[in-house]
Amino acid sequence: MKYICFGYYDKSKFDGMTESERNAMFDTCLEYDDHLRASGHWVGGEALQGPETALTLYWKNGKVATTDGPYAETKEQLGGILVLEARDMNHAVQLMAQHPAMTYGNIFEIRPAGDMNEIMKASEQRRRQVVAP
Amino acid sequence: MQPPVPEQLSRTIETLYRSESGRVLATLVRLLGDLDLAEESMHEAFAAALETWTLAGIPDKPRPWLISTARFRAIDVIRRRARFDGAERDLVAHMESRVNDAPSGNEEIGDEEIEDDRLRLIFTCCHPALLPEGQIALTLREVCGLTTEEIARAFLITPATLAQRIVRAKAVIRDKAVPYKVPALQELPARLGAVLQVVYLVFNEGYSAAAGAEVTRAELTSEAIRLGRLVIELLPEPEAIGLLSLMLLQESRRAARTSPTGELILLDNQDRALWNREQIAEGVALVERALKSHRFGSYTLQAAIAAVHAEAESPAATDWRQIVALYNQLVRIQPSPVVYLNRAVAIAMRDGPEAGLEHIDAALEYGELANYYLAHSARADMYRRLGRTAEARSSYEKALALTQQEPERQFLQEMIKQLK
Repeated sequence: MKYICFGYYDKSKFDGMTESERNAMFDTCLEYDDHLRASGHWVGGEALQGPETALTLYWKNGKVATTDGPYAETKEQLGGILVLEARDMNHAVQLMAQHPAMTYGNIFEIRPAGDMNEIMKASEQRRRQVVAP
Repeated sequence: MQPPVPEQLSRTIETLYRSESGRVLATLVRLLGDLDLAEESMHEAFAAALETWTLAGIPDKPRPWLISTARFRAIDVIRRRARFDGAERDLVAHMESRVNDAPSGNEEIGDEEIEDDRLRLIFTCCHPALLPEGQIALTLREVCGLTTEEIARAFLITPATLAQRIVRAKAVIRDKAVPYKVPALQELPARLGAVLQVVYLVFNEGYSAAAGAEVTRAELTSEAIRLGRLVIELLPEPEAIGLLSLMLLQESRRAARTSPTGELILLDNQDRALWNREQIAEGVALVERALKSHRFGSYTLQAAIAAVHAEAESPAATDWRQIVALYNQLVRIQPSPVVYLNRAVAIAMRDGPEAGLEHIDAALEYGELANYYLAHSARADMYRRLGRTAEARSSYEKALALTQQEPERQFLQEMIKQLK
């Protein structure tokens, strides 16, 4: 089963770190990510640029509208996402509880991947019917 | 040999997980002395199996392979953890030597030893330091190999809630240093009682759901029976045997308990041809074995009552005299209002509704039963049989207001309708 882990961090704390502190953090975190890869638990993951780089799309008056910045403003920023392969929720908890980013004050939100199989199958059927004469 | 195709292999590994993870984990906890470490290493071993077996094929004896792979992985896990939480160097060295020097090195661990380990794991998961909800969650996950999501679905709670129960239960085991052992003889009755309670709670959760279309929940009854079998295989104590008998006898009526449209059918109206004879035969043999020990308790007596019902060809042919006698014994060791209530119903069957009503009202005086729908429904039944329709209807209505279970509600509504 896949679990998506959202990593939140405190930017002011990160900005206050020295370069060597940051390097140490990156090294330990990336090393753990390597371990997750080697043990088959890593499905994917990306770091995110800051929220000021975000572009948010939404629907307004029957048209797509855009706005600068993230959908929701919070003190903690979403810094990256990690997709895990784990047996169950507690296995995912166990894997993330040892992520070195935790010791740097990161917060992880873990969510099971939604199962879209049924919805996709039903949708394919509907679309096929539309195409068929 | 052709390497198995990954999809087939992953299915094989999943089956293997269900059958072997309880044993593998139990032994790893003993070897490593730490539940979390054992679990993580086991997951690593199963992940490694997927990779290795794709190329090399499945080993003849997967269990020793998994245990030995997990032990090697454990050393990596310990080192990584040491870096993570800054554990002291000598602690790491201690753990490493524990892994390396663990008895029997790479040689195979005997079946008997593995079974002992399973019993230790059961007692740890059902330790009285844990909350009952934690005991249940942990037992189903660690002993039965169910996933957090499966257990959450069966108990109708979110996986996040259940995951936290497991995290908390594990924290209690760690912080209170819950020992990993089978309790000493003098503690055994009480500790076994806690284990049996967990098994029976799992069973009842599934049994009360069995009336609906909720298949996942109903599977809890088979899981509980599997657990019950495991317990008596490891520790054939009379009460454990009595509990397995009780579960089998109750389960034997599953097909007769509900109508095709999901309505509840009471014992009196069940089609006895639908009762599972195989389960009845096994349940009866087990309860006889437990009764012979003369060291039995309430599960055995309840099983004995269920056995009398199971052996009767019709409600009229039921030996109510014997059932009342068994209830008389049961109230002595378990003087709970619910037991008094059930005895009252049996007395009504033996001596008529007038006598039954008297005993039900006596049981209701305990107060605890005031909000118990079955007490009011039983009372309504007595009034109905006495032809006191108005009182019967008002008692059924009271019962209806007290239950949320759909099949029960349908049954009560039907009774009320018949009285109008």
